[in-house]
Parts: sequence; structure tokens; C-alpha cells
Amino acid sequence: MTRKQRRFSLIGLGGLVLAVAAGLVLFALRDSVAFFRSPTEVADQKVRPGERFRLGGLVEGGSVDKGVGERIAFVVGDGKATVRVSYIGILPDLFREGQGIVAEGVLQPDGVFRADTVLAKHDETYMPREVADALKKQGVWKEGRKPGNQKTGEGGSALKTQ
Amino acid sequence: MSIEIGHFALVLSLAVAILQMLLPVAGVRFGDSGLMRLADRAAALQFLLVGIAFACLTAAYLSSDFSVRNVFENSHSLKPLIYKFSGVWGNHEGSMLLWVLILALSGAAVAAFGQGIPLKLRANVLSVQASISVAFLLFTLFTSNPFERLLPPPLEGRDLNPLLQDLGLAIHPPLLYVGYVGLSVAFSFAIAALIDGRVDAAWARFARPWIRGAWIFLTLGIAMGSYWAYYELGWGGWWFWDPVENASLMPWFAATALIHSATVMEKRGALKVWTILLAILAFSLSLLGTFIVRSGVLTSVHSFASDPARGVIILLILCLFVGGSLALFAWRAPQLQQGGLFAPVSREGALVINNLFLSVICVAVFVGTLYPLALEAWDGSKISVGPPFFNAVFIPLALPLIMAMPFGQQLAWKRGDIAAVAQRLAAAIALAVFATLLMFAYLGEKGALAPIGVGIGLFAIAGSISEIVTRAGRGGASGFLRRALGLPISAWGSALAHAGVGVMVLGVSATAYEIEHIANVRPGESFKLGTYELVLSEVQQRQGPNYRDLVAVFDVRSAGVFEARLEPAKRVYTARQMPTTEVARLTRGFGQIYVALGESADQGPVPVRAYWKPFVLFIWLGAVLMAFGGCLSLTERRIRVGAPVPARKGSTKAVRA
Repeated sequence: MTRKQRRFSLIGLGGLVLAVAAGLVLFALRDSVAFFRSPTEVADQKVRPGERFRLGGLVEGGSVDKGVGERIAFVVGDGKATVRVSYIGILPDLFREGQGIVAEGVLQPDGVFRADTVLAKHDETYMPREVADALKKQGVWKEGRKPGNQKTGEGGSALKTQ
Repeated sequence: MSIEIGHFALVLSLAVAILQMLLPVAGVRFGDSGLMRLADRAAALQFLLVGIAFACLTAAYLSSDFSVRNVFENSHSLKPLIYKFSGVWGNHEGSMLLWVLILALSGAAVAAFGQGIPLKLRANVLSVQASISVAFLLFTLFTSNPFERLLPPPLEGRDLNPLLQDLGLAIHPPLLYVGYVGLSVAFSFAIAALIDGRVDAAWARFARPWIRGAWIFLTLGIAMGSYWAYYELGWGGWWFWDPVENASLMPWFAATALIHSATVMEKRGALKVWTILLAILAFSLSLLGTFIVRSGVLTSVHSFASDPARGVIILLILCLFVGGSLALFAWRAPQLQQGGLFAPVSREGALVINNLFLSVICVAVFVGTLYPLALEAWDGSKISVGPPFFNAVFIPLALPLIMAMPFGQQLAWKRGDIAAVAQRLAAAIALAVFATLLMFAYLGEKGALAPIGVGIGLFAIAGSISEIVTRAGRGGASGFLRRALGLPISAWGSALAHAGVGVMVLGVSATAYEIEHIANVRPGESFKLGTYELVLSEVQQRQGPNYRDLVAVFDVRSAGVFEARLEPAKRVYTARQMPTTEVARLTRGFGQIYVALGESADQGPVPVRAYWKPFVLFIWLGAVLMAFGGCLSLTERRIRVGAPVPARKGSTKAVRA
């Protein structure tokens, strides 16, 4: 095999693998990414039925119902609208009322968001970036606000710079 | 006082690093061997000074000196000693100092153990290494200085994030950093080759131990991080395709590809330009990882104490080094000599396929990790790219690679015979097919992917065994053991590392057969978990040094007989009033029972999430095996003794910098 042929077969093989990978990536990007939505967007019916998405906002005070059995219900809001959420499983350690969280799942026809994952970050001064932005959009966010009842400046300053 | 000494030492190390960056390379330019030799001493001195700085900060942590802002913000006088120590790098400033320390250590190691490397190459390498030091020392001193004082000194510190108060923090970041930063040596070698305008098989021989060393630590660091997240976060998972995880995985793929391409370059003198490019990319991905972790631009569950403002400066450093090195590459690479020829069906060809797949996987992970950033910048919509995406892309690319692996191991250099290899692998192939069918027949309701994974994992292990057997088996059964032990240690190293991949694939496939049970349990109640029964005997309060525990005591029974006691807990750290989940695990064979508690209402039932995870330890054992294989290859005589200095060929054609 000459150098030229060798190079040609290499490029051909490389191109093939790249094409397959690109196909996989495009296919997966269409089907398996979740958009981030705020409760207001959900209330405005911007969500297609059956679409998997991430819901982010603050856990409304007094809304957490540990209920019977393993199902937990709570309400997530962004100051304008609220969405009821139901979840089976163990909530993250930093899940608290008033805390910013992100839940991933599907909106049921009855308007309840059925979450299969609930995320709260492992740092008590943390507000998920998407939640902070969504809250700013609703005008609920105050610059330099410190999530939770923390005394530290880290969370506030980190969020201010965004 | 000592903290000022540390600060001063760090400033001095910057001065030394600047000299180390400029003088040796000037020595090479003007042929002054005295200046070139300076590099060794400068590297050692730089390491000594950064070491002093690091020791001073550590001393402040150990003595709980809260007049130092960094200690006040991240430590507590009641914290156990080991966490006071590991707390040094449990924050942004301290972790940057650790980064710089390991960078200086890498340079000093090249100076100390690289005496076999030709002086010019070593001088260039250490100069490039120092330029990275300069950038990160400037960054640390001007934006992330851990030596700031706080007046008046507070009486008590704010404590370390409780999730970090774990042995994992003492092990995982240093391992990972040695891996990340170790790749800087490969980068420096690549840049040195480009500056010199000459690269040959000898270059690969000198660079390979450093690449391999970095790869070993990176492998262990990632595996340790995965295991830590598995037992600390209480979610029962071990890999979440989180941006911070991907940030460490991308350099790993690049480094793995680099190890293989450097082998081709050393043995056959081919793939030179590609290897240089990979070395640059691997370290660039390390820098990208540092940027992602430290800046917090991507929402991650693992990043702590991130700061977008300072992240931007890391981005600048990243652009400077990646842009600069790629520009140098584009300018110099066409002048490098062409490599040798080989047939497509050969060991070289197999390694090209290995590189092709590894780099494509790396690119796919890159796209998935950074796509949300790009999309947000493009039209403002926020998305999350999670496990569904990565599983859909990663698995179809990784499985063919692992399937091809045993073939590649057995193909001969230059020109291989695929039919003969398939014949030698016949037993392994039969085993894999048989296992897949068996799994599918008995556990088919869990889907086809897991049985295929089991088959491929077994194939990788059997393929590695078969490689040793074929190489030692020539000449009959007598003396087989003697010949097997007499094989080059690198043969054992590569067989073990590749078997490790198979072991890991088995562990990952077994996750399809795990059993999960979520329940609310009261004392006296029990539930079934596979063949085990878990009885909640009581719930107790316990007081720790800087936390309170609510412990649920479970008795694990198997066939009615008491096996062991599990004590998962909900822990609240007093200083920050922050709750954490303390998972309890029971190892049986290679599987684990895994129990995590939820938050219970007063006197109410305890929410419990319990798993039986068969063969879960294989996931990390596989990684340890890979790293061990890498270690074996490092002890190779060829590397220990030092390579012979190659005859200089084509030096007239070489371009001078």
C-alpha cells in the first residue's frame, strides 16, 4: 500500500467513525436533553405535553407534604406562578422550604409535575444558576441576596457577578 | 508570622519560575550549556519554595490560626485533625496552591529523574513547564491568595463543608491533580519538540514514562472520586455524567489515546505529528477541566467554592496556552519528518483505530458537556444534557472499541494476520457469546444491553489472558509458567490494564441487575432486599465531635440468620447546621448492600432507600487494575535504566528555533 492509499483508507475510516458519532450526538441531542423551565413558563403553557424538562424555583414555605407512603409532594414557585410537584424517593440533604431546587420529570395532565430527580446542591450557599436567572426575570431576585439564612458572603457575591 | 513566610516563599517561587522560563531556553538558543543546566536547579528550588508556602498554610490549618482568612472560612477548631489537614485544599485558594505545588513537583521530578534526557530537550521542557508555573503562580498570588490575614482574628472558624469532611478529600483531589498536572509534562515535551523542530522515536521513549505516570494518577483519581460520590452523596449512583466528572474524563480519554500513540511512535516511528497534537490536547483538556470546576459556569453537583469572576482569568490562561501551543503546532508541525509506513491490518493499524475511537468519544463528551453553554450563548435557552445523552452516545462508541481491544493486543507489528488472531481468540469469543446468551436467557427481561456488556467484559478479560497464554505457550506445556513469568513486564502490564477494562465493564453491566427498595420503616419493621432481609431494630441519637447523628440501626439477615449490623445516619453539622446523609454499606463478595436514610418527621417512620448492588466493586477494581497495569509498565527495565542516546539523524534537516 502506498502512503497515499494508506492515508486515504485512514481518512475514510476516520470519517466513517466521525459520521456515526455525529449522527449519535445529533440524535441524542434532539431526544435526550431536558430544557429548563420556570413555573411561570409552565403556567403560560409553554411546555409540550409529555415533554421531559427541568423545573427550577424556590420550594414554597409550608408546602412540603411528606404524606403517606413514599410519595412526597411540594410546591415550587418563582414569585409569579407555582407548580405542584410529586416525587418518590429520598430528597437531597439540602432540600428545604425556601431553598432553590431543580427537579427533572414530566408534567402530568392534571398539572402536577412528576419528578424522578430532585437536585439541590451540596453547598448551603448555593442557588442553581438557572433558578437564580429565572427569579431575576420575575423580579423576585434581589442583588446580593443570600440564599438560606447564611452569614457568609460567598453565595451572594458569586451570584452578583452573573 | 509563618503565614507571611509562606506568602514570601510563594512570591520568591514566582521569581524563580520566571528565571526558569527564560534562561534555559535562551541557553538552548545560544548553545550555552551552563544556562541550560540552570533549569534543573531552578526547578528544584521552585518546588522547595512552593513546598514551604504549602507547609506554612498547612501549619496554619493544623493550629487553627483563624487570623488567616482562608483558615477562618474553611476550618473549625473541633474538626478532626485529618480534616484540618485535607481542608487545606478543600477550598478555592488552597486547591490552587495544591495545583501549583504539584506543577512544581512535576518540574522537579523531570529534573531529578530525567538525567537521561538530552540536556537541550530537558532545558526546553523545564522552560515550558516553568511558563505554566508562572501563569498559575500569578493567578494564585493576585486573585486567590490563601495567605490573607483577617483582623481582628475571629474566635472560631466557619468549618469546612461537611460533605468534604471525609477521607475522600484527603485522597481524591491530590490524586486527580497529580494526573491533571502530570499531563503538563507531556505538554512541555510536545512544545519542546516543536521549539526544537525535531521529533523522533527517542522523544517518545523519554516522554512515555511521564505520560504513563500522569495517566495512572488520573485513572486512580477519577475512580476514587467516583467511589467517594457513590458513598457520600447517598444517591446510589457512581457516575452522573456531571460536567465536573466529564471535565476529568476528557483528559483521561486523551491521555489514554496518547499512551497508545506514543507506543506506536516509540516502536515504529509513526504517528509523530498526531502524538504531539494529542499531548497538547490532553493538557489543554486538563486546563479546561480546571476552568469548568473552578468557575462553576456549568451547573454541577460536585463543584465547591467556585467563583465565576476568577474563572474568567483561568479561561484567559487556558486560551493563552491552548491558542499559543496550537499556533506553534500549526507553524512547526509541517516541518516535522514523516513517520514510517505500515499496513492497515497490523498493531499500528489497531492502535490507530484505538486512537480514532478514543478521540471521537472524547469529542462527543466535549460536545455534550459544553453544548448547554453554547446554546445559552446562542439563543438564551437553558438545557441540561444528562445521562440519557451520554449513554446514547458513549455506549455505541465504547463497546466496539472494547470489542476490538483483544484483537489489537494480539496483532503483530507492521503486518498482522487477522484470521490467525481470531483463531487464537476463538476460546475467548466462544466464552463471550456463551455468557451473553446465558445472561439473556435467564435475565433477559432487563434488556439486551447488560448481557452484551457482560459478554464484552468477559471477552476483554479472556483476551488478555489469551495474550499471555499464547506468548508463553509457544514451545509446549512444559516450562509454561517459567516462560509466562519471563515475559517482558510490559506484556503483563498491558494485559492487566486491558483486563481491568473488562472487569470495569462487568461491574457497569451488573448495575442493570441491582435491586432498589424505597420504604418508610418504623422500628421493628423489616423489608426484603433480594435474598436479604433488613430489620430496623432502633433509632438512636449520637453526638460526634462536630456533628449530631440520627442513626437507624438495621440488622441484616440472610435466610433468617443474623449477618451484620448496618448503621446509616442522618448527620447534622453544628457549625453550619447542614445535614448530610451517612450511607451504610455491607460488602458481600463483590456486591454491596447500600442503605441511605431520608429526613424523617419527628417520631415518624424513617424513609429508607436501600439497594443490593451485585458486583458493584468491579467498577473501581477494574480502574485499580488498569492503574496497576500502568505501574507495572513503568517498572520496565528499558525505562528504569534509561534509554540509550539515539544517533542524531537528519540534524541538518532539522529546523533551529
